[in-house]
Amino acid sequence: MSLLRVDRLGKKFGGVNAVDDLSFEIRPGAVYSIIGPNGAGKTTLLNMLTGVYQPSAGRIVFGEHDLTGCAPYEYARHGIARTFQNLQVFFNMSALENVMVGRYMQERCGLVSALLRSRRLARAEHACREEAAELMRYVGLQNYLYASADAMPYGALKRLEIARALATRPKLMLLDEPAAGLNPTEALELDDLIGRLTGRGVTVVLVEHNMRLVMGVSDHILVLDYGRKLAEGPALTVRNDPKVIEAYLGSAVSHDGTFGETIADAVAVAVEMHR
Amino acid sequence: MISGTMLARLASPRTGGLLGLAAVIALLPLALTNTYFYDIAVLVGLNAIVCIGLNLLIGYAGQISLGHAGFFGLGAYGSAILASRYGWPPLAAMLATTVAVAALAFVVGRPILRLKGHYLAMATLGLGIIIYMVIATEDKYTGGPDGIAVVPFSIGGFVLQGERVWYWVVGALLLLAAWLALNLIESPAGRALRALHSSEVGAEVVGINAAEHKLMVFVISAVFACVAGSLGAHYSGFITPGKAAFLHSIELVTMVVFGGMASTFGAVVGAAVLTTLPQLLAAFEDYEMMVFGAVMMGTMIFLPRGVVPSLARLLATRRDATADGEGNGV
Ligand SMILES: Nc1ncnc2c1ncn2[C@@H]1O[C@H](COP(=O)(O)OP(=O)(O)OP(=O)(O)O)[C@@H](O)[C@H]1O
Ligand SMILES: [Mg+2]
Repeated sequence: MSLLRVDRLGKKFGGVNAVDDLSFEIRPGAVYSIIGPNGAGKTTLLNMLTGVYQPSAGRIVFGEHDLTGCAPYEYARHGIARTFQNLQVFFNMSALENVMVGRYMQERCGLVSALLRSRRLARAEHACREEAAELMRYVGLQNYLYASADAMPYGALKRLEIARALATRPKLMLLDEPAAGLNPTEALELDDLIGRLTGRGVTVVLVEHNMRLVMGVSDHILVLDYGRKLAEGPALTVRNDPKVIEAYLGSAVSHDGTFGETIADAVAVAVEMHR
Repeated sequence: MISGTMLARLASPRTGGLLGLAAVIALLPLALTNTYFYDIAVLVGLNAIVCIGLNLLIGYAGQISLGHAGFFGLGAYGSAILASRYGWPPLAAMLATTVAVAALAFVVGRPILRLKGHYLAMATLGLGIIIYMVIATEDKYTGGPDGIAVVPFSIGGFVLQGERVWYWVVGALLLLAAWLALNLIESPAGRALRALHSSEVGAEVVGINAAEHKLMVFVISAVFACVAGSLGAHYSGFITPGKAAFLHSIELVTMVVFGGMASTFGAVVGAAVLTTLPQLLAAFEDYEMMVFGAVMMGTMIFLPRGVVPSLARLLATRRDATADGEGNGV
């Protein structure tokens, strides 16, 4: 039984097919990575998987529910959470409140009880605050518990988005380039964090250019190019896919034998070979 | 022993601010030496109620309205027509008007609030103008441009009359309005409003229906304006369509921006300053609007956050600086 099924999905912007006839399935419990060069359609795909963009073609089925055409908040209510490549932090709030917003679905209450601040709500607010603080510690933001979001460094904001997404108690979490802009130490800590996410029972979709991270944590990899599937399979298979390994990953191995940090150049070669 | 949390609670905007506001309302009469001052204080209170509601919409949710005087006017005329022409008990007239205005805001808000920025400004402006035109032209009911007399507010035989009585009534309602607004802001719904102000897509992907929340706060702000309009009509005993006019909408927005967006007490301060100022400048009557314009421009240039948030920030940095100083000293 797949958690998410994408069926012949397409998105057109004017004449451009940002995502084109794409089908795949994601099984629960795994880390499913999506890689591909800039402009391959990865973010567009995540935007469709969260209702931010409506597909031009195809279907998105989550569990038993066909969510095609649903609004973003409905995707969230079914258990899909995400982070953004270009941060969508609430800079008019404290870091803690950002995470508390993530608790909205569990905590929301009637207008009257909000206006009158019912006792029940006051208690729930207290619990919400505690839980948000707990999540901030969980993602390593214990030093920012009292920070205002607009005073936090970039790397911390990326984690803040992860904490906010986690606060929704998702079944599926989509991370759009979580390592971009992080220093190497911060990027290393991400491996651990992603590992702990799956440990919590959250299925992770990882869009990332950092091949070290992708190869380190992925169970399954989808390679996108010009909105189409270039290759897909278990991480090991994709690594060993002749099409991919020779052209793509092969050249990403730098001279000292480790994977390069970015695949942009490797992908260019891969794409050439593919044509 | 007074615990730290209790102190923190007293210092919080909700409790501390409300106590402060209550203290000001309670002590202000010491300075109100004649009924004219009481009259200004009542007008301040009514405007402050509107501004607290409008600030929820503009300051917190980030949605502009240039038509809120329309809701104020509907409140005033609804009460006037039902209570004075049809002899309804004023409270019933006020409640019925409020329900009708809430329904109108709900129906009109749905399509309007899909718009953003300039488009939303234009649409709300249009709404305000339509309301004004209806009030000004339906003279059979509204008395047209000449205005209409309004019976005093009475409840069960007790008639609210005189500036002093009204002062306490409006003061109590202002406190109530501030309490409701502060509660809302610190609830999940209030956080949702602030969140969608900052990033609508960020709010949506954690499960917040942004359109629904914008509509909710639009209706709430319309209700605040409507109730203040109703009360104002009974208080002054006579109303003209000017209360529903574009200029009044602009005054209200100016008060919110001047006092400080996303600050409930800022809205009160804005209403207080910009209601009082023209009275002090009564000698330059014709230039009253120019003063408003100048204040608006000056605020945008020098205090873009508005008076209260700017002062709060100044105080906070001061306090941090002293705290640091002490820390270094030890
Ligand atoms: N809102 C939009 N309007 C028009 N074109 C768009 C829009 N969003 C994306 N595109 C186009 O769709 C294609 C895919 O873009 P997308 O952002 O999904 O790529 P990506 O794989 O996420 O790239 P990157 O690795 O740089 O983040 C690009 O050609 C892009 O210009
Ligand atoms: Mg992208």
